[in-house]
Amino acid sequence: MAHPATLGAARAALAGGMTEVAIRAKAFGGTPVLGPVAFSIAAGDVLAILGPSGIGKSTLLRIVAGIDRDFEGRVTRPDRLAMVFQEPVLLPWRSALDNLRLVHPGLSQSAARAALDRVGLGDKGAAFPGQLSLGQQRRLALARAFAGRPELLILDEPFVSLDPETAETMLMLTESLIAEARPATLLVTHAEAEAARLATRILRLTGRPATLAEDAAPGQGGADDKGEGHGRA
Amino acid sequence: MSPEARGTGALSLAALLGLWAVAALLTGDAMILPAPWELVAPLLQEVRSGELPRHLGATLGRVIAAFLLAMSIGVALGLVMGRSARADRWLDPWLVVFLNLPALVVIVLCYLWIGLTEVAAILAVSLNKIPNVATVLREGARALSPDLDAMARVYAMPARTRLRHVILPQLAPYIAGAARSGVALIWKIVLVVEFLGRSNGIGFQIHMYFQLFDVAMVLVYALSFIAVMLVVEWRILQPWERRVRRWRAA
Repeated sequence: MAHPATLGAARAALAGGMTEVAIRAKAFGGTPVLGPVAFSIAAGDVLAILGPSGIGKSTLLRIVAGIDRDFEGRVTRPDRLAMVFQEPVLLPWRSALDNLRLVHPGLSQSAARAALDRVGLGDKGAAFPGQLSLGQQRRLALARAFAGRPELLILDEPFVSLDPETAETMLMLTESLIAEARPATLLVTHAEAEAARLATRILRLTGRPATLAEDAAPGQGGADDKGEGHGRA
Repeated sequence: MSPEARGTGALSLAALLGLWAVAALLTGDAMILPAPWELVAPLLQEVRSGELPRHLGATLGRVIAAFLLAMSIGVALGLVMGRSARADRWLDPWLVVFLNLPALVVIVLCYLWIGLTEVAAILAVSLNKIPNVATVLREGARALSPDLDAMARVYAMPARTRLRHVILPQLAPYIAGAARSGVALIWKIVLVVEFLGRSNGIGFQIHMYFQLFDVAMVLVYALSFIAVMLVVEWRILQPWERRVRRWRAA
């Protein structure tokens, strides 16, 4: 990664709403966690990053999302950001509707209701998150992510600890929402099947400190076909 | 509060009154400990003459002013100290000093330095309470959810929305705790402040009746303010807490 090239790319990325990640290193208290990690995601692309737990996937996501700013390197990201966390991370003291509208102040009452409808929570607008099942809370978190028309969507193990049926519902919902909104999407998971279904490109985080390796197993075309198949369904 | 809980509260207060009545009967000297019913006449007399409402109002005003001042500064200070390890390292020794500074010393110094004024009185009371509020709120700020923090950051929530809808709801139990113990402490210190250097308020009246050795009037004034605080607790604090905790029960 030559510096002038990175800078030029970053400028081009901003113009096109691209996400450009060029991390040189990340350490926690002297222990290196991430080595050089570089990739870019264009609008409409879904990049999946696979890797075993503890490898540094969440650390990478937090850097890309701007939550963790203590690293070497640079990240260029568009303005409108959305993230779906491992947990729903809702405001338990506010209603489902307010959970959307407080996070997205520009969202009208009717648009917020439509967003709830879209994830099958149309009649739950007044409910507090504690009154929803875990699956419903996850769908509310998904609605929150898409309600802001994100240019970059970050998914951190979004289907973990769900029963297979709920996970499948969530996966289909995510697939169709991505197809509609076409954000640049970064998905981190340890489940190969999820990655193969959602992603247009798969990278693997390996080693210590972790670096990226191009994934050989699921072909790019295969993943694409599958995604489009679901879009039509 | 359920009707049953309210009933228990009333019964418990009645038991306290009963205990007092028994003690008064055993003492047998109204000069030292009058029975509860012996306070009714002096109470009515003070209410009719307008003395009690006037002094009660003065004390209540000071309590409210000192409470608002102590809570807002204490909450802000606690929040900063709980969020920033650096600020905590700098301010913690101050906190320890002020926590252990006797209320009487603060009051006397405020009167000596500022003069026997309302400002000095309210400042002295607030200074006594601020370290307390800050200590409680620091614990609250340390317990703030990092996940919600990350969420608010990713979605770029505006600072005011974040404070009101993300941070304050998490601090609500700590604020309620500090407020409850705060009101009780503040009213006690306000009395001392009035005792030492004001010309109205319940503390001033108690000072006067102390010199006249009038136990009944001392009790009338003290109990009337306690009655006000019970009403505040039942009519304002508890309903507010119930509203804030609605989402937990739901």
